Amino acid sequence: MGDYIVLAISCILINNILLAQYLGNCPFLGTSKKMETAVGMAMAVVFVLVMAGLITWAVNYYVLVKYNIEYLRTISFILVIASLVQFVEMFLKKSIPALYAGLGIFLPLITTNCAVMGACLININEEYNFMQALVASFSYAVGFGLALILFAGVREKILLARVPKPLQDTSIALVTAGILSLTFFAFKGMV
Amino acid sequence: MAKSITQEFVKGLWAEIPPFRLVLGLCPTLAVTKSVENGIGMGLATTFVLVGSNVLVSMLRKVIPAKVRIACFIIIIATFVTVVELLMQAFTYPLFLTLGIFIPLIVVNCIVLGRAEAFAFKNGVIPSLADGLGIGVGFTLSLASLGAVRELLGYGTVLGHQVFGASYEPFTFMVEAPGAFIGLGLMLCLMNLVGNK
Repeated sequence: MGDYIVLAISCILINNILLAQYLGNCPFLGTSKKMETAVGMAMAVVFVLVMAGLITWAVNYYVLVKYNIEYLRTISFILVIASLVQFVEMFLKKSIPALYAGLGIFLPLITTNCAVMGACLININEEYNFMQALVASFSYAVGFGLALILFAGVREKILLARVPKPLQDTSIALVTAGILSLTFFAFKGMV
Repeated sequence: MAKSITQEFVKGLWAEIPPFRLVLGLCPTLAVTKSVENGIGMGLATTFVLVGSNVLVSMLRKVIPAKVRIACFIIIIATFVTVVELLMQAFTYPLFLTLGIFIPLIVVNCIVLGRAEAFAFKNGVIPSLADGLGIGVGFTLSLASLGAVRELLGYGTVLGHQVFGASYEPFTFMVEAPGAFIGLGLMLCLMNLVGNK
């Protein structure tokens, strides 16, 4: 049990998928202008990342490794993720319309969110077992959500500040992200 | 087709240079630019995928039904990424190890999908080739320049050659994650300063 807690902490804080592993930066910058969209995106990522992590783990060990076709990993993972997203979208629309309305346009965007694909690949590269893959996927997603929501809070404040013209928009956002990343840097050496 | 082939190529070098003008494909930009060499390697790999997928998408644009086009694009892109992955594993193994998961992640690089959707699906083969090549070269240049700044400050070297001499105290911050964000942010600011005059 202790091992899983250490794994979770290291995935959420120390190896934060956004700020330390550089994954998922496009939605990070794209959806962090408003708190509402950031929360929506964070929820959608938690939902899809956990499912994608488990399914790609199973696909890797029960299909690719078994038939010795690991070189098809990239293509099969992206297909799994794309169809999973489509499936989740249809399922939510039918059965949980409230959640579907909440996640809205963020669901289809997740297909090209490299945090999802990246976390699935990390699970395989680190040779996690099924439980570890589950914990790691969930923690990565939580770390993503945490960083995204924190960042959205900061960006809402920046709107009120007077930013020099050349620094406006993406430029100041990146510098802010750098400072946020610096604070997460402090967690290094904790575990 | 008002624009000439050269124009399609050149626009990728300044007017639409990724990731500065088109803010897409940030993840590989931030992750692999610890050195010039990595930046160039990643840039070339992306260029190959970009050109390949652009040409194939534009060749098949009359066949692909519009409703499932995104899925078709992704399969085409994933195929080229697998090719690059295997080629790099065979011929440039050390680089393959350094770039790690960012090679398979070219699949989800929004630049590639973005060009397929925004350009190749609507244009002929030759302009698409020029567009892919231009954006790819622009991307490589951006990665190399960001890599140069970070490598110079972080290790005091460029392409492995000492620049500042042995007494230089490396500014390690630049090669870590925070330095990547801030470095890119400041370069973007610099481009805005130059471009808006």
